[in-house]
Amino acid sequence: MHLLNLYNCLQTYLTIGALLFGFGVYGLVSRRTIIGMLISSELVLAAASMNFMAFNRFLAPDPVIGQVFTLFIMAIAAAEAAIAVSIVVAVYRNYKSIDTEDLADLRG
Amino acid sequence: MHAIICQTAVNPALFSAEWFVGLIFLLTVALVIAGAMIATISKRLVRCVAGLAVCFTGVAGIYYFLLSPFVAMMQMLIYVGAVSIIIAFAVMLATPEESDIAGTKGAGLAGVLGFSIGAMFFAALTIVGLKTDWQVFERHGSGNMQEVGMDLLTTHSMVFELISIVLLMAILGALVLARKGRN
Repeated sequence: MHLLNLYNCLQTYLTIGALLFGFGVYGLVSRRTIIGMLISSELVLAAASMNFMAFNRFLAPDPVIGQVFTLFIMAIAAAEAAIAVSIVVAVYRNYKSIDTEDLADLRG
Repeated sequence: MHAIICQTAVNPALFSAEWFVGLIFLLTVALVIAGAMIATISKRLVRCVAGLAVCFTGVAGIYYFLLSPFVAMMQMLIYVGAVSIIIAFAVMLATPEESDIAGTKGAGLAGVLGFSIGAMFFAALTIVGLKTDWQVFERHGSGNMQEVGMDLLTTHSMVFELISIVLLMAILGALVLARKGRN
């Protein structure tokens, strides 16, 4: 396996997808603001899409189905981002903060 | 049906076409990784959004390498053009003066915990990807843009219509949520 031939291997794409997923999970756990968590969840979605595309290119009998799935994931991600951003704006208007520690009405 | 192996017999000659393709692929991967690192590690949210856009651009390049320029174009249009901009709007509309990871109690613990969980997921998924004996089936069709369009409007037409309803509902819901409570 040579470095400049990596783009012909399925395993390369799977590793990049796993790396993106790991970054996304790290961000989801360690971020303290809602927007930071939203950004990390987008990374997780991108990792899932990349795995679909890699399997579509190398393994799938019908090389259309993975592309269609990725397009659907994109549509869902766009809807999710719009809803999440409007929730963030509403939360900021009520609490004057987007820190997850501050968004609590009850003690604990 | 046969097992897949990397068809990498020889290293391409210096400055040949394959050499440049391999180099561009490595640069694209570097773009993805750098963007993801900026998006998750950077302390300022604006830089996170910029890193996210860089990462999505790299992902679009990788889709191009996966022989689907249509999905790469859609990735640029939807993710880089729309989702990143929406999140940038959120940063502008709803960010207090200081918003960083560091600070109050539990931040260090969350960082260590998140890093270990992310590293474990990465290691597990990578090991599964590298160790599995992937099988290739008989392929039919080329997967070009025309076939994608045919598939979207025949086999998956129901899902296609449902997605448009979901998007409409998302727009209306976003309007309602963001308007409520405004004086």
